[in-house]
Amino acid sequence: MSTLAEVAGSTAAIGYGLAAIGPGIGVGLVFSAYIQSTARQPESSRLTLPYVWIGFAVIEALALLGIAFGFIWQGQL
Amino acid sequence: MTGQSHVLAADVPFPPSVEDFYLPSIVPWEGTDSYWFTKITFLVWLTVAILIIFFLVSYRKPQLVPTKKQWLAESVYGFVRNNISVEMIGHRGVAFAPYLTTLFCFIFLNNLWGIVPVAQISPNSHIAFPAFLAIISYLMFILVGIRHHGFLKYFKTALIPPAPWFILPLLIPIEFFSNFLVRPFSLAVRLFANMFAGHMLLLVFTLGGFAMINANPWFAPFSVVSWVMTIALTFLEFLVVALQAYVFTVLTASYVQGALADEH
Repeated sequence: MSTLAEVAGSTAAIGYGLAAIGPGIGVGLVFSAYIQSTARQPESSRLTLPYVWIGFAVIEALALLGIAFGFIWQGQL
Repeated sequence: MTGQSHVLAADVPFPPSVEDFYLPSIVPWEGTDSYWFTKITFLVWLTVAILIIFFLVSYRKPQLVPTKKQWLAESVYGFVRNNISVEMIGHRGVAFAPYLTTLFCFIFLNNLWGIVPVAQISPNSHIAFPAFLAIISYLMFILVGIRHHGFLKYFKTALIPPAPWFILPLLIPIEFFSNFLVRPFSLAVRLFANMFAGHMLLLVFTLGGFAMINANPWFAPFSVVSWVMTIALTFLEFLVVALQAYVFTVLTASYVQGALADEH
């Protein structure tokens, strides 16, 4: 039987795609909460902004751990 | 020009790999494999030189009506002092403003090499530099806490949250894990992985264009799209560069604030 199509590469790419879902939702929640709070109380926008970036950074770290570990433990398909 | 693109298209190592981050030595010494002076080394020294010379020159003769250079230096310092240190730490934050400004400028400039033409790789895309910056911040917030509270009281406030006694066996390990193990690690990995992924992304789109032309000349329009994407992503990278410098500084400030906080 001849091979018509072949998939080659690293399974870590699939793993990273799955791992990015969670942080994606999380970052979305952070910014949606910020937009809502600013819409309800516009004068609080400067007060909450540092916490937005801290929350964003903490959540984003998970996605970035995914990138780093994807290269460390890459499996060949 | 055609010759050059022909050579580039001839053998493009398409899926870019980790090896692309290990640049050859500029000055080979004891063989070509000794990486003692690469582009990375050069860029770090250049960053340090630019920062020292810029701040020395712009504060040499301070004017009441600031010159352009003085205005730039003052607004960078003022931004970090007012919008990061004082806002996060409070009135004690003024004492940390010089360190945080240095940190901010160093990370920003080091990250910026990732999108500056010709340089086009950030020294922070090697884990060593972010790791050392994180260790400095880590030691600093622990020492600041110990100096402020005393050794035992600092670890007591850092590790024992006000909670019922029966939940403490669960909470103390979690607090220890998050405050003393995850913090430096995530600080280093966040900066490193952002710069690493950014460089990788630009490599994928640049080399991908060449790989497509290489595979079939009819794919040339797709290559152009790929290179246009590279330019767009370079602007996105600028956002990431500024954001990561800001985030690293804000997180350091918030850890210092946590170490200085009197009660939970």
